[in-house]
Amino acid sequence: MADSDGRQVVSINHSTEEDVKLQEVVQAKCEGKELTKEEKQRLRKEKKQHKKNKKDDRGPPEKEKEKEKASVLAPSKPATQSPAHKAAPVPVNASASESPVAAEKPAKSKAEQRAERRARQDTERASKQGKKEGGQQSASSKPKATPNELQPVKRLPEHIQVDDPAALKKLAKKLERQQVPLRSDYGYKVSLFSHLHQYSRKNPPTQQISIPATVIHPSIVRLGLQYSQGIIAGSNARSVALLHAFKQVIQDYSTPPNEELSRDLVNKLSPYISFLSQCRPLSASMGNAIKYIKKEISNIPSQCKEEEAKRRLQECIDSYINEKIILASEAISKYAIEKISDGDVILVYGCSSLVNHILCEAFEKQRKFRVIVVDSRPRLEGREALRRLVKKGIRCTYVLISALSYILPEVSKVFLGAHALLANGYVMSRVGTSQIALVAKAYNVPVLVCCETYKFCERVQTDSFESNELDDPDDLIVTRNGKTHLENWQTVKSLGLLNLVYDVTPPDFVDLVITDLGMIPCTSVPVVLRVKNVDQ
Amino acid sequence: MELVEYFRAQIREDPDVASAVAAIRSLLEFLKRDQSETILGLRENMTKAIHRLEETDSSVAVSSGGELFLRFISLTSLEHPDLSQCKNVMIERGELFLKKISLSRGKVGKLCHTFIKDGAKILTHSSSRVVLKVLENAAADNKRFTVYVTESQPDSAGKHMAQKLGKLNIPVMVVLDAAVGYIMEKVDLVIVGAEGVVESGGVINKIGTYQMAVCSKAHNKPFYVVSESFKFVRLYPLNQQDVPDRFKYKADILKTVKDLNQEHPMIDYTPPSLITLLFTDLGVLTPSAVSDELIKLYL
Repeated sequence: MADSDGRQVVSINHSTEEDVKLQEVVQAKCEGKELTKEEKQRLRKEKKQHKKNKKDDRGPPEKEKEKEKASVLAPSKPATQSPAHKAAPVPVNASASESPVAAEKPAKSKAEQRAERRARQDTERASKQGKKEGGQQSASSKPKATPNELQPVKRLPEHIQVDDPAALKKLAKKLERQQVPLRSDYGYKVSLFSHLHQYSRKNPPTQQISIPATVIHPSIVRLGLQYSQGIIAGSNARSVALLHAFKQVIQDYSTPPNEELSRDLVNKLSPYISFLSQCRPLSASMGNAIKYIKKEISNIPSQCKEEEAKRRLQECIDSYINEKIILASEAISKYAIEKISDGDVILVYGCSSLVNHILCEAFEKQRKFRVIVVDSRPRLEGREALRRLVKKGIRCTYVLISALSYILPEVSKVFLGAHALLANGYVMSRVGTSQIALVAKAYNVPVLVCCETYKFCERVQTDSFESNELDDPDDLIVTRNGKTHLENWQTVKSLGLLNLVYDVTPPDFVDLVITDLGMIPCTSVPVVLRVKNVDQ
Repeated sequence: MELVEYFRAQIREDPDVASAVAAIRSLLEFLKRDQSETILGLRENMTKAIHRLEETDSSVAVSSGGELFLRFISLTSLEHPDLSQCKNVMIERGELFLKKISLSRGKVGKLCHTFIKDGAKILTHSSSRVVLKVLENAAADNKRFTVYVTESQPDSAGKHMAQKLGKLNIPVMVVLDAAVGYIMEKVDLVIVGAEGVVESGGVINKIGTYQMAVCSKAHNKPFYVVSESFKFVRLYPLNQQDVPDRFKYKADILKTVKDLNQEHPMIDYTPPSLITLLFTDLGVLTPSAVSDELIKLYL
């Protein structure tokens, strides 16, 4: 409300015509309609001016002016505001009445800003009239801007800055602009991980979207819901689902008049991506897929007709899925089968589509081996892997991760899947993977990681704290013998439930990485990234 | 069959040459005499020839050297319409390759001898011509050092090494294979050669090298490997068992013996975590950089 209030306050300086237009904009927003270009431009202008006012908070000399102006403006405020407001009369009036009463800080700062803006406008007008004289004044205003630009700003991604209120505000504004609902965090977060989001599955982000959702394409809404409820899980599955949804979006897309497909479609995709990352933080593979699509879209020549362009994009997406995921898994199984010898006892963890594929292929090629599936709470993904392997006819054993050191002396090889491979050779995978690698190293059992090259990312991470994902803490609550001990964990102030999703494994614990380019040591990931960049 | 004869003749004439170099010379000769009509046929014949040589001498170096040779000569535009022209191009490149690798041992020697300090005590394993060259260069540089060589059973290759070092007036002592742990506290560094360098950065060498590497790690002594670049091979063993059988045993044993479990392997695999540095003609590399070089060579 403060935001819209500010906007209303600024609008006082414009004519009432513009006031009405702004009102319409606010109305349109509340109804969830997509803003027209002009409305968007207007909003942008307002926000820019609002930001400028905040930045140019100059010191005391102008305070006297402001005090006068405040006293002049304060009584005029309720007068001008009441006819202007139709949409949200009560709260705004309340805040308007508050502001002259509380007159001190908020009104002053806004009045200050207004005064400063007037003063600046005056000086700019003067500088325009007498350029030589104005040169000094504009020069004085310029150095203010450049020192900020000169400092190189290191931008951290938003999803690991949750405890920074400035970053949160920025995100809220961005989502508002894109008309994507903001999802609120749930429950007490363990302090080490307070910089990450923690959502509850019971509050899906789609609750706040009106029906029919005209801003976000329905297949994206469906996809987001599937992500947030955990219906689609697993790195490959998520990427493929994302690409299929984008295919649908491209199919239904029509270029608006006076727009180019290559630029407009990319802009259309941004709110979808924000929505999806609100549902569940994007994985590295999804990030790479999105980069690829954006590049392909922007490479469409402007002479290309819409039908032709759409067809081309569909083909690109199909070939990406085929090459990077399906064919890559064929290549990887070919290499991996060389490493499986008769009489092997292979340990796998959780459910990796790639590792399951490799084992099934090896079994078909008549290799004699047996598998030990290690599983962990609360996801219990190992059961899915167990089901698939037993269906094929492979001999399996099932243990929980707590029995790991008991079972490892029997094991001859460990096959692990990966969520992403980082540029410094660290492997990011389901939580528990680094534990398995550590204990396997202690028992001198070779650890093989299987990963397609499209999951390689440029990020560098040395610990599991910096960038991770927190799942719903309520998953950890379990009912045994009719008793649920943690039912009221929120009431206990000193209790926090932590449900991590990923962890990173250092390269010393990994003996071999099998990719579609061949078998490489863990430290050669940056070489592959370099070769890939040269290819592109 | 004359190929194999030529190969054996080469080794007999010049005992100092690496087996891989002899193999490549024979392959070049084979290429010159080849009668095939198409490039594909030529390449097929070359691959068959390499297999035949591998059967004669089952060392890793022959296999890697042969493959690299084939890649090098075909890694050029063979767009000429006339087959004989293509063949000439390939022969030229073959000669170039041969010249380069004949010089590689010298390059390695020059790189490595600076790491031997005055008064150093060096431990080496079995007989390696590259290590000999390195020690030769160091001696020529007027450095004083002593060398301990392991006997290296079952073929007592260490004794030959000791003889050759004696001729260079380098003080040398032959120790038992079992005495490596005993002698490790006295030595300053360990230098060994390699039969093959694998993708992980580990090395395949005469049996007993792995033991020496583990011992030197326990005593915190630097473990250096010297090798030419044509010994880089596209294998990735995970452990000792994972090394293919065709390299572990000598060629004649592979052909005659039924149950290989009764035989003693001639080589073992040293993992990259135990190796400090590798000296090659491509430069001084860490084990993780080997993969980088291999990607450049093979892809």
